[in-house]
Amino acid sequence: MIKITNLKAGIEGNLILNGINLEVKAGEVHAIMGPNGSGKSTLASVIAGKEDYEVQEGAIDFEEEDLLGLNPEERAHKGVFLSFQYPVEIPGISVSNFIKTSINERRKAKGMDPMPTPKMLKMMREKMELLSIKKGYLSRNMNEGFSGGEKKRNEIFQMAMLEPKLAILDETDSGLDIDALRIVANGVNKLRAKNNATIVITHYQRLLDYIVPDFVHVLHDGRIIKSGGKELAHELEEKGYDWITKDADKKWA
Amino acid sequence: MSAKKKQTEEQLLNEVTSSEYKYGFTTDIESDTIPKGLSEEVVRIISAKKNEPQWMLDYRLKAYKAWLTMEEPEWANINYNKPDYQDIIYYSAPKQKPVLDSLDDLDPEMKKMFDKLGISIDEQNKLANVAVDIVMDSVSVATSFKETLAEKGIIFCPISDAIQDHPELVKKYLGTVVPARDNFFSALNSAVFSDGSFCYIPKGVKCPMELSTYFRINEAGTGQFERTLLIADEGSQVSYLEGCTAPMRDENQLHAAVVELIAMDDADIKYSTVQNWYPGNTEGVGGVFNFVTKRGICHKNAKISWTQVETGSAITWKYPSCILKGDNSIGEFFSVAVTNNLQQADTGTKMIHLGKNTKSTIIAKGISAGKSNGNYRGLVKISKGATNSRNFSQCDSLLMGDKCGSHTFPYIEVKNNSSKVEHEATTSKIGEDQIFYCNQRGIGTEQAIALIVNGYCKDVLNQLPMEFAVEAKKLLEISLEGSVG
Repeated sequence: MIKITNLKAGIEGNLILNGINLEVKAGEVHAIMGPNGSGKSTLASVIAGKEDYEVQEGAIDFEEEDLLGLNPEERAHKGVFLSFQYPVEIPGISVSNFIKTSINERRKAKGMDPMPTPKMLKMMREKMELLSIKKGYLSRNMNEGFSGGEKKRNEIFQMAMLEPKLAILDETDSGLDIDALRIVANGVNKLRAKNNATIVITHYQRLLDYIVPDFVHVLHDGRIIKSGGKELAHELEEKGYDWITKDADKKWA
Repeated sequence: MSAKKKQTEEQLLNEVTSSEYKYGFTTDIESDTIPKGLSEEVVRIISAKKNEPQWMLDYRLKAYKAWLTMEEPEWANINYNKPDYQDIIYYSAPKQKPVLDSLDDLDPEMKKMFDKLGISIDEQNKLANVAVDIVMDSVSVATSFKETLAEKGIIFCPISDAIQDHPELVKKYLGTVVPARDNFFSALNSAVFSDGSFCYIPKGVKCPMELSTYFRINEAGTGQFERTLLIADEGSQVSYLEGCTAPMRDENQLHAAVVELIAMDDADIKYSTVQNWYPGNTEGVGGVFNFVTKRGICHKNAKISWTQVETGSAITWKYPSCILKGDNSIGEFFSVAVTNNLQQADTGTKMIHLGKNTKSTIIAKGISAGKSNGNYRGLVKISKGATNSRNFSQCDSLLMGDKCGSHTFPYIEVKNNSSKVEHEATTSKIGEDQIFYCNQRGIGTEQAIALIVNGYCKDVLNQLPMEFAVEAKKLLEISLEGSVG
């Protein structure tokens, strides 16, 4: 689904990603772990097309199409979804209005008519149930006055509504208590399908107890220094990152 | 900032500056104008052309004499070359004055103009249930629904007709809320106003439809000085709308209107304006100078609510105000003021609390883009006798780009201990983070800005009648097309 080749990118001349290689196939869940400052969120932003980041080398192919040539909204229309680490407030715009606009803009890009309102409302109700979201939520303004947990749940709700091909969850677990984490993870699991893929970016192994990955990658200094199965996450939880990063530091020194 | 981003910004900026004023056409209608300049003679001519009674002429002459002694105000935070008052035509009327209520006889050119403006004075408005009075170059040319309204005893007509047909009402109320000497522009207006709308709602009557006046400047070199007088008698209710457009001309046109509202005991007036006078071109050439005095007085338990969406004019100087004279009366002011390119606005409100338990609410939203300058200026005055009064003010500014300016000048005077005044103010920029968030959800930058601006103005737009709200939203989008910061 997505193939990242030798990706080098940075901000204001500082290189943060030093040659990332990663392939995620349909139906797979990949976890990207790593210490602070290793480039996890940068990778997510570069895939989503945030303009602050400059790509200096490498390629990202999404379903065999060059993703880097597209602007952020075009990437979204193709099915790339980013669950933000810090979701943004949009005062005065209700959740329902925002999601409606979002869905219909994507449909417009595909030459489709807007989604009929009853259909959209039905879908919203279903997805709210899936994520144990209370009534009244749809008329609240986007992320305005939301708690940290509510913001994250709102991200996953949008993901559920937009049904992306590739979802990137950037630190979705941060700010969630254990109950909320379970609900969100449960939602993500229910949305897993053969034709979509998920990249889970996280600090802690905790989330991966609920969203079980097929592959785990360790990011350090903008490089993937180790990849493995789900057991790698447990190993990291036990031993920390040092045992891998030291070797990597020697190698790239 | 990356090179790509810079490029998009420049592109967007170009788009804003090239987005056209769609009402900038002129209409080829023969008109009856008098020579340029202002003198006692001109005031007499205007009065004579309208066949006015002596008391009206006296009123005008007194105002003219007062005006001669007054100075154009300079305290507003705006820069412009003062108009040459001897270089303006003070009276221009379309030669053919159509017969009221038989609009089929209308000059085809004029009819075409109404179509362009999107005002269909017959069918469309019957559906929308809006009665319209149209004032073109100072003269009211068409009033619809007169008969339906008359059944309820409602008078809705050009003020020049009211002077003839209802002199007792005009004489009693004209100049009582905005005296001729109130300010330089109100004195000028009182001397030379040639038309405008008059409205009277009898006791206990709820006006069954929205009343609307549409103002249009057409003739070159003319000033527009319309006068609106609206009286809501005890326990009555009315919702009134006004819209304004003008042709694109590279000279500045002067618009100095006066609006007076009288809300008797228990009456309720809602007055909405969508102001879209020609703002001038991107270099700041041309555009309307909009110097307007709007004020209402509330008697016991009465309510006046001003809502304005201001997107036009090169210069806007306007402070719709409420005098809360009666106990328990309520004043409201909801405003969105957009400035783009080189537009300047100094606008706000005055809430004068005189009665006990009076309440006022001010929600002012400024949006500045381009190289424009937007100012909020407001006064909340609570007199000694206005015990237990309340005011809540919220003044927000939204900036787009880094070449515009925004200022807030709140004045608060409280003379008793039992009243409460709250003032909140914020200044924000549309964040790149907000735009990226929308982009990531598949919403393009233009649409994202429209969404964010609409969200920002929601509290004000919600106050407008339905059809107007839709129009106002579109107008906001057009006014701000591409102005991303």
